[in-house]
Amino acid sequence: MSGTAMWVTVGIASALCFSLKLAGYLLPASWLAKPRLAPIVALVTVALLAGLFAVQTLTTGTELVVDARLPAVVVAGVALWRRAPFIVVVIAAAAVAAGLRMIGWCA
Amino acid sequence: MARARRPTPTGRAPRESRRAAGRHDRTAVRQALSVAVATGLYGISFGALAVASGLSVAHTMVLSAVLFSGASQFALVGVIGAGGSVAAAVASAALLGVRNGLYGLQMSPLTGARGIRRLAAAHLTIDESTGVAGAQVTPEAARTGFWRTGLGVWVCWNVLTLAGALAGDAMGDPRAWGLDAAASAAFLGLLWPRLALADEPHASASAVTSVHPNSTRRDAQMAAGLAAVIAIALVPVTPPGVPVLGAVAAAIVVGLWRPGQRLATQVGAST
Repeated sequence: MSGTAMWVTVGIASALCFSLKLAGYLLPASWLAKPRLAPIVALVTVALLAGLFAVQTLTTGTELVVDARLPAVVVAGVALWRRAPFIVVVIAAAAVAAGLRMIGWCA
Repeated sequence: MARARRPTPTGRAPRESRRAAGRHDRTAVRQALSVAVATGLYGISFGALAVASGLSVAHTMVLSAVLFSGASQFALVGVIGAGGSVAAAVASAALLGVRNGLYGLQMSPLTGARGIRRLAAAHLTIDESTGVAGAQVTPEAARTGFWRTGLGVWVCWNVLTLAGALAGDAMGDPRAWGLDAAASAAFLGLLWPRLALADEPHASASAVTSVHPNSTRRDAQMAAGLAAVIAIALVPVTPPGVPVLGAVAAAIVVGLWRPGQRLATQVGAST
């Protein structure tokens, strides 16, 4: 992506995300009473994050790839289960992947 | 008049409840500070990942300062890093930003802000500020928690994003440092509290938007599983960035069908 395309991406995304936040302050409070709204928004968030996680972990370009990322996210999962703070989880995953690649295993 | 009672938003408060209000306020400030520091630290990994995905330090800083919503920022750089289009990157970030609008609906009457303060309140409306506000016992403490957390996270997040971006710039090959795996772990970390696998009181605003009954949790887990399968299935046959957007279909399917809810209703009916 060129520098200009990147600025366009960053600019539009920032404007849209701020507009979405502001919409919450400008819409009438009766929107809160719509019982089906909150669960669907929550599910969209979950689905996007799960999709991002799967793609980031198991693919490179348009190919399915199993490499050091897989053992790294297993360690991240254990760390989350043990209630480690976010930053510890992220660093642990990076360390596992970097370490495995350094010893030339499942690069 | 030395003994005149100061009017408070809740009316004229006797000394005892004023003292309690001060205690609630201090609790909110303390929580705001700890959430701000913890979330800010996370900014280091965002900064490093953004630069590794091909953004400049300036692009990265505009995202943290202006877009200012962690999940949307991670999604945007994730899609760009995978070679996705402008449209796919923007759509992923915006779809993840929809929940902030929902938080805004809840924070609007709480903050009661008008004019420029309302713009500031909107800008600071994120998981963490909404979560801390929702965890307070009085409206005054909730207001304090919202503003302190929002401002605190904004400052920490930006300072540490810059540190991460500069470090990432100096790192060279991001894979050798495991930064691709760090991005995976970041998405898993953002996802985890929403699936409530561990019952931690994380400041994700799930506690505010709704109490998470078991049926809702099961629906979330099913949506996550289905979304991952859809995204992976789309990777070989669609351009980069599209698989993630396709995963939203999982939310629609589960949202309309509500399998967890049905299961709970059936169990409820049989007992």
